[in-house]
Amino acid sequence: MNNKNRLLIFTALAVYGFLYLPLLIVVVYSFNDSKLNAEWVGFSLKWYDKLFHNNEILSAAGNSLIIAGISALVATVLGTLAGMAMYQYRLKVLPGLVLAPIAMPDILMGVSLLLFFIMLNMSLGLISIILAHITFCIGFVALSVQARMSGIDRSLTEAARDLGANPWQCFRMITLPLLAPGILAGALMAFTLSIDDFVVTFFVAGVGSSTLPLQIYSMVKIAVTPEVNAISTLLMLLTLILITLVARLSPGALRS
Amino acid sequence: MFKLLEIKDVSRNFAGFTALDKVSLAIAAGEFFTLLGPSGCGKTTLLRLIAGFDQPDGGDILLDGKSIIATPPERRPLHTIFQNYALFPHMTVADNVAFPLRMVGCNKAEIERRVSAALKDVSLPDKAGHYPDALSGGQKQRIAIARALVNRPRLLLLDEPLSALDAKLREQMQLELIKLQKEIGITFVYVTHDQGEALALSHRIAVMNHGAIAQVDEPSRLYGFPRSRFVADFIGHCNLLAGKVMQLQGDRVLVELAGLGAVQVMMPPDVTVEVGSACTLTLRPEKINISSSLSQDEVQAHFKGVVHDMLYLGDVTVYKVELVNGMLVEALLANSSPGRARFFEVGDQVEVAWLSDAGHLVMD
Repeated sequence: MNNKNRLLIFTALAVYGFLYLPLLIVVVYSFNDSKLNAEWVGFSLKWYDKLFHNNEILSAAGNSLIIAGISALVATVLGTLAGMAMYQYRLKVLPGLVLAPIAMPDILMGVSLLLFFIMLNMSLGLISIILAHITFCIGFVALSVQARMSGIDRSLTEAARDLGANPWQCFRMITLPLLAPGILAGALMAFTLSIDDFVVTFFVAGVGSSTLPLQIYSMVKIAVTPEVNAISTLLMLLTLILITLVARLSPGALRS
Repeated sequence: MFKLLEIKDVSRNFAGFTALDKVSLAIAAGEFFTLLGPSGCGKTTLLRLIAGFDQPDGGDILLDGKSIIATPPERRPLHTIFQNYALFPHMTVADNVAFPLRMVGCNKAEIERRVSAALKDVSLPDKAGHYPDALSGGQKQRIAIARALVNRPRLLLLDEPLSALDAKLREQMQLELIKLQKEIGITFVYVTHDQGEALALSHRIAVMNHGAIAQVDEPSRLYGFPRSRFVADFIGHCNLLAGKVMQLQGDRVLVELAGLGAVQVMMPPDVTVEVGSACTLTLRPEKINISSSLSQDEVQAHFKGVVHDMLYLGDVTVYKVELVNGMLVEALLANSSPGRARFFEVGDQVEVAWLSDAGHLVMD
């Protein structure tokens, strides 16, 4: 092995270390039998036990799941339609409008949505959070669906029509099943984005309705307790599972 | 002749490009009809209009005497075989073949019976549970045919269905298509750019060029009596000799070939020939004889030439002979005795000759 290769491997290790060591530390200390994040005392699951008896965290987690579930569902339906339209009509403006929220800084989205909700005299809470999450999730679903759509041979839908299917039957029996992996990947991505979101949620959450990321933040403001480590570890695990599923379903979806 | 399908003055324009210009055709029930032409001639556009995937800008399309222009594709009693077969990849072979039956609401037992009969018809009864991905090109082709014929359409449209197959398989599928069409008696409208395929398969062929029909005829008439230089050149190999009409002599015409001299040609049927007008003598390579000695008495036209090039093709050898006016003509000689590859060498002095009824006259 020459020096150049050694340097390459060292750099790679350093980068991966920088990326994953902090996460690893959080995971390790979540199993630490001590209140301090300073020294390893022994293995324990007591922080997880404590977590599952903390009503605030449980309700925040429940909120997060409800919000992620509903906004992923709605964003999937709307995003699928948008993705199909983007492919079918090749419009210039539509993709821009659908995809802009992806590129927009979160803080801008948060502030503008907050102002918008206030202008409408809406009370802030679960509904406002769900609406906000839908807006930034649609684009991701649309991208995933559009990518899948361009892989479907146009003659398949023509063949279906030719063989007696009306436009709706053609969509239900041909287009939808062939799009399914793209739609599912988009849905999982939307769910992941929603459950992890902090910035936009922070602005539109209002008082009574906390989500998991907001809850973790408020706990950290006092101190980074092992309990925070435990909940972070669980959130990390969920995200990891979802991202793996997305990557399995459509290798292209993560790249775009 | 009972007209099943009638195309009346159909036009189609795409952004500044005329794909079809007032095309008219009548196709009889039970016919194997081919639309033949180079790419971009409008044949596929016409097929898509008949199928209903596209709308004409002018004219009408009649099936059984009724206009089908306003009918959506799913309600037209015809099916299409696509170039890439368009089998549904997420359905098994059986579900693919059952698709048109499901769409018209057949009951389960009926569907099962007809699907297995259709698969037997294309000799693939054991592939019912397979997915299209697991089939070879030829098998996909047969499944596409089974699917398109399972509910007995009035008309089958085929869009270059054999172009993705290798030469051996293509020939085999051609024979199967002819047999199939004869057996079931369904009208076929077949699109291809392969003139050999068109000649082999069709009852009648419409040769298309630049969005218009150049000639509609039976294969042998198309080959023997082309109406234009384009058709003569497009169908098979052909020598095109430019000339001028000198004299009309009953059923013969005296034609002056530029730089060669006068030859007698048969009067072409259904064409007005006027003295003094420009024309082209079309001569098929197999109708030209070349020899080293002076030819027999009944030979009408004979010219001196030099062998310029040759192409050994196994069964035949193609000789390109340069005539005294510098023109190259192709002649085809059968290699009848085994091991005999050539009668002449490049540079040999030869006699080029043809009978007076060998050539066919085309007016420019």
